[in-house]
Amino acid sequence: MTLLEVDALSKSFDGSARRGSSSRIEAVVDVTFTVHAGEFLTIIGPSGCGKSTLLRMLAGLAQPDAGSIALQGQPLPDASARQGRFGYMPQRDALLPWRSVIDNAILGAELAGGSRHAARAEARQLLTLFGLDGFENAWPSELSGGMRQRAALLRTFLAGYDILLLDEPFGALDALTRRVLQQWLLGVRARFSKTILFITHDVDEALLLGDRVLVFSPRPGRIAAQLSVDLPHPRNEDTVLETDFLALKRNALAHLKL
Amino acid sequence: MPAARFAFPAAVLLTLALLWELAVWGFQVPKWILPSPSAIWQAFWEMRALLAVHVAQTMLEVAIGVSTAVAAGVSVAAAINFSPWLRRAVYPLLVISQTVPILALAPLLIIWFGFGIAPKVIVVTLFCFFPIAINTSDGLTSTEPELIDLFRSMGATWLQIWRKVRLPAALPYFFSGLKIAATYSVTGAIVGEWVGAKQGLGIYMLRSSAAFKTAQVFSAIAITSLLSIALFLSVFALERTMMPWHFQER
Repeated sequence: MTLLEVDALSKSFDGSARRGSSSRIEAVVDVTFTVHAGEFLTIIGPSGCGKSTLLRMLAGLAQPDAGSIALQGQPLPDASARQGRFGYMPQRDALLPWRSVIDNAILGAELAGGSRHAARAEARQLLTLFGLDGFENAWPSELSGGMRQRAALLRTFLAGYDILLLDEPFGALDALTRRVLQQWLLGVRARFSKTILFITHDVDEALLLGDRVLVFSPRPGRIAAQLSVDLPHPRNEDTVLETDFLALKRNALAHLKL
Repeated sequence: MPAARFAFPAAVLLTLALLWELAVWGFQVPKWILPSPSAIWQAFWEMRALLAVHVAQTMLEVAIGVSTAVAAGVSVAAAINFSPWLRRAVYPLLVISQTVPILALAPLLIIWFGFGIAPKVIVVTLFCFFPIAINTSDGLTSTEPELIDLFRSMGATWLQIWRKVRLPAALPYFFSGLKIAATYSVTGAIVGEWVGAKQGLGIYMLRSSAAFKTAQVFSAIAITSLLSIALFLSVFALERTMMPWHFQER
């Protein structure tokens, strides 16, 4: 079942006003793709290729110049109509420093006007799965980088949206922590029926996590290729060493060198 | 560690007082020019009942003045962050208002509002308003855009964004301003009393100095300092209670 349809989406920004030039910088050009329910779609591309702009447009934080976005067949032309429809997680974890881990996690339910008590109870049941056991009442400043990302992901999962938009959630982590979290996310994903759009600039990460990979060209961002990753599940650390994986990786890298 | 932190300045202070005492005694300085610390203590102890009345009056002025400054400062800070137009119009006025010599204003306030508590409260408010308004305003401006993006993506209303993001994010800045205001406030009340009052530490100082009771002036000055320090410490304590996250070991 098609959940999300993005059709011919384009977006440009004003060029630097300082230089007095009125040139427009094209961030995203003619991007078209669909996402099926339950699919894990990774988006890979060089820095500044407009991947984040794409997610911001979906989340209702930016308005495209042209093109359309439809969720479950329903077009959502207004940015405000898209707000509150996607589980958006910004590049940095965006945890509220004045809230404990658990109170950060229940933010979605709280903003929707739900019972905080019930939301906390629900969040508590997931603390173990998200590796936050015993840190329920800790301040975000007390957590390691990996734990902060897991807390932010818990908040995003609990907000109750069907589609999660994750903007380089592991981008700022060290390589080892990132690998641990990739494996962990594969495990978490198996338990939730969530549809995920996941931005990364790491080819291994894109292929290891995704069912399908959109390869973006350098700015202006266009879809250079769509690759299906038909590697079997469960995937683990060894997956990245297998012949099939390496063939896919070679293909993706070739498209990235446009 | 805290004990050592206080022990050193305390030792310096004690040594200075001792040198002072010895100098006054050694050079036979007349009491009305420079009283010794022991004479100041004696002046305090003899007048303690009367001093309590004056301190109560001054602290009442401080309490009303600081509360008014907090209410006004936070409201103005919120207002100028609500609309960029208001900000451009009001922010320069805020800075200009701070360049007006409050000392020169105090006698005018007496003319306008009489000898009651009102002009003193206004002087305290004028002293405290600016640091609170400017700091809170800067705090409201500095909210991380990613936090606001997150809330907007979750469909939050602007009221929720203010209550749950912008105000808590501005809290550390507000407390910086309040700490400055608290240290100014007692001095502000004394300036207000100086130009005309029936009660208060300011008028006590003025009367004592007119009667050449210099030891009494010094005791009132010491009390003023101690009250300011006490106010600063209570704001600090309030800050720690309200923002435990801000004082976490990182």
